[in-house]
Amino acid sequence: MTQLKTAGRRRGLLGNMTDTNLLTTITIAVFIVMYVCAVAFLQEGFLKPQTLFNLLNANAALIILSCGMTLVMITGGIDISVGGVTALVCMSCAVYLDEAGGNVFVAILLALGIGLAFGIVQGFLVAYLDIQPFIVTLAGMFFARGMTTIVHTNPFNVVNSEFVSLKETRLIIPFLGSVNKKGNYIDAYIEIGVVVALLVVAALFVILKWTKTGRNFYAVGGNRQSALMLGINVKRTTFLSYVICGLLAGVGGFVYFLHVGSGAPSHATGAEMNAIASSIIGGTMLTGGVGNIIGTLFGAMSLALIQTIVSSVGLDQAWWTGITIAAMLCIFLVVQSVIISRRKKKNTAEAEASASEAAVEAKAETVSDKAENSNENTDNE
Amino acid sequence: MSGKLDPKGGGSVFSRVLRNQIFIPFAALLLLALFNLIADPSFFAINLKMNSAGSYILSGNLISIIDNGSELAILAIGMTLVTASSKGQDISVGAAIAISGSVLLRVLCGNDTRPETIQAPIIVAFLVSAVAAMCFGAFNGVLVAYFRIQPMVATLILFTAGRSIAAWINNNELPIVPGEEFTYFGGYIPGCPLPTPFLIAILCFVLTWAMLKFTNIGLYSQSVGINEKTSRLNGLNPELIKLTTYIILGLCVAVTGLIKVSRLSTINYSVIAKDIEMDAILAVALGGNSLSGGKFNMAASILGAYVIQFLTTTLYKFDVQATALPAYKAVVVIVLVVMSAPVVREKISRLTKKIRSPKRTAENQA
Repeated sequence: MTQLKTAGRRRGLLGNMTDTNLLTTITIAVFIVMYVCAVAFLQEGFLKPQTLFNLLNANAALIILSCGMTLVMITGGIDISVGGVTALVCMSCAVYLDEAGGNVFVAILLALGIGLAFGIVQGFLVAYLDIQPFIVTLAGMFFARGMTTIVHTNPFNVVNSEFVSLKETRLIIPFLGSVNKKGNYIDAYIEIGVVVALLVVAALFVILKWTKTGRNFYAVGGNRQSALMLGINVKRTTFLSYVICGLLAGVGGFVYFLHVGSGAPSHATGAEMNAIASSIIGGTMLTGGVGNIIGTLFGAMSLALIQTIVSSVGLDQAWWTGITIAAMLCIFLVVQSVIISRRKKKNTAEAEASASEAAVEAKAETVSDKAENSNENTDNE
Repeated sequence: MSGKLDPKGGGSVFSRVLRNQIFIPFAALLLLALFNLIADPSFFAINLKMNSAGSYILSGNLISIIDNGSELAILAIGMTLVTASSKGQDISVGAAIAISGSVLLRVLCGNDTRPETIQAPIIVAFLVSAVAAMCFGAFNGVLVAYFRIQPMVATLILFTAGRSIAAWINNNELPIVPGEEFTYFGGYIPGCPLPTPFLIAILCFVLTWAMLKFTNIGLYSQSVGINEKTSRLNGLNPELIKLTTYIILGLCVAVTGLIKVSRLSTINYSVIAKDIEMDAILAVALGGNSLSGGKFNMAASILGAYVIQFLTTTLYKFDVQATALPAYKAVVVIVLVVMSAPVVREKISRLTKKIRSPKRTAENQA
């Protein structure tokens, strides 16, 4: 045991971090480097704080969806229905507000209800009936996309006055405005959606970091068997992750609706893949047990930033965005994979060393058996 | 396949059939057929009529099912192998079809978007596009096998970039292939009443059967999917086997791309083969194959692909809008998957045991 502790101390700064923290740190560093480069080489736009706020404004919904996705991915599952749910929420709310003349609060409840319903059904099928999450949420995505066109076929803008006034509400941020070419001072602003997104991030961060339920998500994703033996209700935890993800898809859907102000069957196409990409860039691993909400926030922001950079460099042909995002995803994945496998090798080497030391000290048969086992394991790696 | 090896075997013929993997897609097919028979028997009518080219062709709903379901069935072959070996799915096949189709057009049309004649033999163009698709398959395979990235995440890269790359290859233009010959692959060869895609699919099935029969790739990919470490200790090279399955999927993608492009003689980068990856994965799942790797049943996957097309055609028959189609599909999928879930099956079998007389149960146990 003492050897293990000294082995732990012998590691460097990066070695002391958990996988989660290491991957998050990389993401944040990359985001900052990218932003600094953007400021250095493409000065005029990126120096204004409003550019950063615009990134947030345009991607508040994506951040919320990614948070739910991260939670499900930490638990070891996946939810590809979030984009479909977003479209369905937009369309339902739009139809309700315009054709039924409803009020905004009921529309918010409607959005939350749709999200929650999807979460509960999918969670039940995945957790209690043991069906593969990919298939269940794939069906969920198909269902949501199909229902969107059944609710209403054509895209349209919402003109409900209550809603429009809520949509146009801007929160002014003091002292960060900029002066335009004519010398007028323009306030920096964010939309309501950004506040919601940041609240969601904060709440999930607290839950995942400091509550028992939050730690259970990591335990279940890391190793189901061990979690079961520790007395965690694995099924309920899995169920809960899908319910929260569904609920957040509802919230994200309404925020998206608030941003675009229209209902259309083609809304949020590919949002599920963007959310997965944000989570991965933020350091969440699809195998479960590793992930961090702050990382996800920066993952989503990095994704948005690279799109902005690409378009402001002048590569505005449509295909460049797809190619750069994919290249970024590719680099991140390879770096993650290399780092994790190197750490694994190091850890097994240390475990092996300490095990053989212990074997020498104790000269016990059982311990040397263990060392042999760990030798075998390293050979396999 | 798996039914024979079931250790709990024995029992009546009925229970053995029920336990066989191919039973799931087969039952779904029967249910759909029965539903159509009751709703409208004319669904099954097949006519021989003359097409615009002046040759006799078969037409009818069943023919359209085997015609349009063939692309999916060809993809399902590759997807089954990939699923078995790498415990995950390739979600980039739709984007890869766009790329291989784009390469095909680029070679056939050269630099001109409206050429008078094709610029290269079709076989050459197909081979080039096959090589391109296999390269992209190998790219996915390397990420999965050597960098140990989860398949869905690794293929997410190509999923994001694929359609952009496809548009880039042809400078975002939509060339149109001239000439009759090229349309044969997605239509009818003069004098043959069956749609060509179905014939291509049959050729693929025979090749696959031969591959599984005479090479070890089927056995090896199952063994890698079941336990990678044990496979390595037994002298297999899991990385190479995973890579091979991805390259085979690339070949399937190229064949599908040829059919898809031939149907229209042109390409639409953002729409071609859209959501086909989801259908292909669904075909594998409907075939009763575990999506987490290991044992597979190729025939069940192929049947699963045709079941999906059967469902689609049935829904079109009932005037369902193309955009609303997914909703109905989802309901059917969920019902099928819930029925075949182990937990539900166990409960049903317990229920049937209760209904049976205790004497019969004792007999079975003895």
